[in-house]
Amino acid sequence: MEFLSYLISGVSLGSVYAIIALGYTMVYGIAKMLNFAHGDIIMVGGYISFCAMSYLGLPGWLATLLAMAVCTVLGIVIEGLAYKPLRSAPSLAVLITAIGVSYFLQNSALLIWKAAPKVYQPVVSGSLTLFGGQLSVPYASVLTMAACLVIMAALTLFISKSKMGKAMRACSEDKGAAQLMGINVNATISTTFAIGSALAAVAGVLLCTSYPTLQPTTGSMPGIKAFTAAVFGGIGSIPGAFLGGLLLGVIEAMAKAYISTNLANSIVFAVLIVVLLVKPAGLLGKYVPEKV
Amino acid sequence: MFGKLVPVPSGAMIPDRDIGKKPILECVNLGITFGGLKAVEDFNLTIGRTEIAGLIGPNGAGKTTVFNLLTKVYQPTHGTILLGGKDTHGMNTMQVNRAGIARTFQNIRLFQKLSVEDNVKVGMDANMKYNMWSGIFRLPGYWHEEKAAHDRALELLSLFNMADLADVPAGSLPYGAQRRLEIVRALATNPSLLLLDEPAAGMNPSETAELMENIRKIRDTFQIAVLLIEHDMNLVMNICEGICVLNFGRVIAKGSPEDIQSNPAVIEAYLGKKKEA
Amino acid sequence: MKNLHMKKYTRTNLLTYLGVIAAFVVMNMLSASGSLSRSLTGQLVPICCYMSMAVSLNLTVGILGELSLGHAGFMSVGAFSGIVAAMSLQSAIPSAPLRLVIAMAVGAAAAALAGLVVGTPVLRLRGDYLAIVTLAFGEIIKELVNCLLVGYDSKGLHVLFNLSGNKSVADLGLEPGGLAIIKGAQGATGTATIATFTAGFVLVLVTLFVVLNLKHSRAGRAIMALRDNAIAAESVGLNITKYKMMAFVTSAALAGAAGALYGLNFSSLQATKFNFNTSILVLVFVVLGGLGNIWGSLIAAAALTVLPELLRAFSDYRMLVYAVVLILVMLTTNNPTLKSFFGRFKPGKSHGKEAA
Repeated sequence: MEFLSYLISGVSLGSVYAIIALGYTMVYGIAKMLNFAHGDIIMVGGYISFCAMSYLGLPGWLATLLAMAVCTVLGIVIEGLAYKPLRSAPSLAVLITAIGVSYFLQNSALLIWKAAPKVYQPVVSGSLTLFGGQLSVPYASVLTMAACLVIMAALTLFISKSKMGKAMRACSEDKGAAQLMGINVNATISTTFAIGSALAAVAGVLLCTSYPTLQPTTGSMPGIKAFTAAVFGGIGSIPGAFLGGLLLGVIEAMAKAYISTNLANSIVFAVLIVVLLVKPAGLLGKYVPEKV
Repeated sequence: MFGKLVPVPSGAMIPDRDIGKKPILECVNLGITFGGLKAVEDFNLTIGRTEIAGLIGPNGAGKTTVFNLLTKVYQPTHGTILLGGKDTHGMNTMQVNRAGIARTFQNIRLFQKLSVEDNVKVGMDANMKYNMWSGIFRLPGYWHEEKAAHDRALELLSLFNMADLADVPAGSLPYGAQRRLEIVRALATNPSLLLLDEPAAGMNPSETAELMENIRKIRDTFQIAVLLIEHDMNLVMNICEGICVLNFGRVIAKGSPEDIQSNPAVIEAYLGKKKEA
Repeated sequence: MKNLHMKKYTRTNLLTYLGVIAAFVVMNMLSASGSLSRSLTGQLVPICCYMSMAVSLNLTVGILGELSLGHAGFMSVGAFSGIVAAMSLQSAIPSAPLRLVIAMAVGAAAAALAGLVVGTPVLRLRGDYLAIVTLAFGEIIKELVNCLLVGYDSKGLHVLFNLSGNKSVADLGLEPGGLAIIKGAQGATGTATIATFTAGFVLVLVTLFVVLNLKHSRAGRAIMALRDNAIAAESVGLNITKYKMMAFVTSAALAGAAGALYGLNFSSLQATKFNFNTSILVLVFVVLGGLGNIWGSLIAAAALTVLPELLRAFSDYRMLVYAVVLILVMLTTNNPTLKSFFGRFKPGKSHGKEAA
C-alpha cells in the first residue's frame, strides 16, 4: 500500500513534469532552441491564477483559463521580441537570450509579488480514499494525472491531424522546405510557443495545487527537471516527453521514499546520465548520424 | 608514367610497374546494408602501389559509401579490406588513417576557423611527439617540432602554390583553393593511399587541368596510390589507369579507360536503356 | 622574414598579459590610497576567480566547442577540497601563502579528477545532450557536498556521508579540539580566509598562461580542428577522445583552482553557492566576451561582476536592468540587421575576427 501511494505521488509529479516537458520538447523540435525561460512561465502562470483566485475571488477553472490566456500572450510576445530576431544566430546566443528572459521574468515577479512565498489556494482539495481507507489519493493528484492524459491525447491528435500540426511537423523537419511549400514558418513557431506557454500555465496551477508555496523561483527547478525529462525521453519527441516526465516523477518519488531525501535529485540526474549513455538520443529519440 | 593493366594472381588488374609489389588496397566482397537496403554489395577492387584509379558511376550509385567504408566512417557489414595486405577489420576512422588511408570529402570539410597552415599541421598531428606539458611550458620539444611542422606545411602548400595563403583562415578561401587545401591536408598525414571525392567539382576547365597535373605530381613525388571519385569524364579518362564503374551499389565494369568507354553496360547505366522501337 | 613580424595572436596574447598586470597594479594603487569602496575591495578576489572561471570555461565552450552547463560543479569540487586541505594543514604549515598554494593545487587536482570521471562518459554525447549531462553533474555535486561532513583532528581526516539526513557533526567522532570543516547543508564555516588579491592575480596569470599556450600548441590546434569538423579531424588521424578529454580536464582543473581561492575568501560557504545559476553566470561571461576570445572573457567577467554593484542606483531594479542589458547585448550582437548597422561604426572591423 505504501509503495502504491509513493507510486501515485510519483506519477502525479511526473504528470506535471510531462506537461512542462511537452512545451519544452515542442519548442525544441521546431525552433531548435533550449528555452530556459520555460520554467519561469510556469511561475507566472502560478502567480496569475493565484491573484485571480485570492484577489478577484474567481473559481479555480476560470483562474486557470486566465493564467493560460496571459501565459499564451506572454509566450508569443517573448518569442517575437527576444527569439525571432535571432532565428539565424548561433544557438548559444539564443540560449543566453533565453537565460536573460528567465532572469527578466524572475526579477519582474520579484518586484511585483515580492520575495515572500505566497500560500497558494489549491484548485481542488481533499482526498479519495480507497481500499477501506488504506490508501488515500489526493484529488489534486487525480486532477493532475487526468489533465496530463487529456493534454497528451489532445496534443497528439492536434499534431497528427490538424493543418497547423502538420505545419509544425514540417517546420521541425526542414524550415526552408516548409517555407517553400507555402507554410508560414514564423506563424508556426509563434503558435508553438503559444501552446507551450499555455501548457506551462496549466502546469503552474497543478504544481502549486500539489505544492502550495509560490515564489519567483518556483519555476526554476521544475523547469530544469522537465528539460531533463524531455531529454530523457528524446528531445523533440512528444511521446518521449510524456514518458520521460512520468518516469522522472516516479524515479524521484521512489528515490525520496526508499533511498535518500537529500540525494533524490542526484539519483534522477544519475539515471538520466546512464540512459543517455545507453541511448544517446534519449528513450524515444531518433539518432540521426551526420551525413558524410 | 601511365601503366598498362596486367593481371595479378587473384585475377585483378593493376598497372604493370606495380607488379611484384603487394597491392595497396584489396577489397573482397565488401558490402554494407542500411536497414535492409544494400547500399554497396560484393564490391571487389584491387589497387596497385602507385596506381591512379577512378571510381565512377551515376548519382546515388554508392561511390561515396565505398569511401566511407574504406575509411570506416561506416563499418562494413560484409567483406574485408586489406590495406597493404593488412586487414583493417576492427579499426576506426582514426586508426585507418594512421594505417595509411587519407581522404577528401565531397562536401568540403575543412577546419574553417583555423588558418591554412594550421589545417595542414593538424594533418601532421598524429606524427608529432611533444606532449601537452611541452606545449604549455614551451619546452624544447615544442620549438623543435613546431619549426619542423611549419617548414613541412609550407613545403606541402607550395606544391599547390598555396604557400602565400598560409595565414588565411581556411573558411575564407575560394572554393577551388579549399578543395586543394583538403588534398594538402590529407597528404600531410603521410598516406599510402589517397582517396579524392570529386576533386574537380565546381572547378573550371583550366583549374581542372591544373588539378590533373597535381594529382600526377602527387603520385610521382610521394609514390602513393590515388583512388578518385569524379564525374568529369575528361579527367577520369586522362589520368586514371584503372577504372571501376558502380551502379546501384554493384560493380558493373572494371578496366582501362578504353575498356570502360566501349563497355555497353556502362553506356546503359549512364544513358539508360534504348527504347524498343 | 617570417620571424621578423610578430604573429597577430602573439601580439594579442602579450597585450592580454600586459592588461592584466596593469589592472593589478592600478587596483593595488587605488586600494592602497583608500579610494576603493568597501564593496569593491571585497569583490577583488571573486573577480579574479570569475575571470579564471571564464577563461577556463572558454576552453571548453569556445575552443573545444562543447556547451557545458556545469562549470560551477568543478569550482565547487575545488572550493571544498581546497578548504579541507587548507584547514587541515593549518598547524602543519604555518605560512598562509604556502597553504593557499597547496589548497589551490589540491582543488585543481580534485576538480581534474572529477573532470576525468565526468568527461569519460559525457564527452561521447553531442551538443545539447552533453549540455544537459553537465548540468546534471553540477546538480549532483551540489547535493553530494550538501551531504558531506568533514572534520580534522590529530588522527587525520574524518569524512562522513550524511545520506539519510539525520547525521550531524557530532557523528564524526572528533577528538576534543578537533576541527569540523564541512558541516553538511551548512557548508564550510569558520574557514580561515587566507585568499589574497595577489593570489587572485597570480591565478589569472597562470590560467592565461595555461590556456593561451595550450591553444597555440598542437593540442590547441587539434582541439579547434575537432570543434570545426569532428569527422574531418578523425579522418586525418586525430584521437578526438584524447583531445576532448585534455580540454575538458584542463578546464576543470583551472576551475578547481579558482574554486579553492574563492572558498578560502569567505569564512562561510554553502554548496548552493555553486548551483546552476553560477554555471550560467560564467557561461554568460564567455558568450559576451566572445567564444574563443580569451581577453574578451576576462573583460566580460570583470565588468559583469562589477555591473550589479554599479547598478546599485537602480536598487530593486538592478537585476531587471541586468537581464534587459543581457538580452539587448545578445540581440544587437547577433541580429544580422542590427549587426550590420552597428558594424558601420566599428573602425577596422575586418580585423575584429580573432585569429585562431
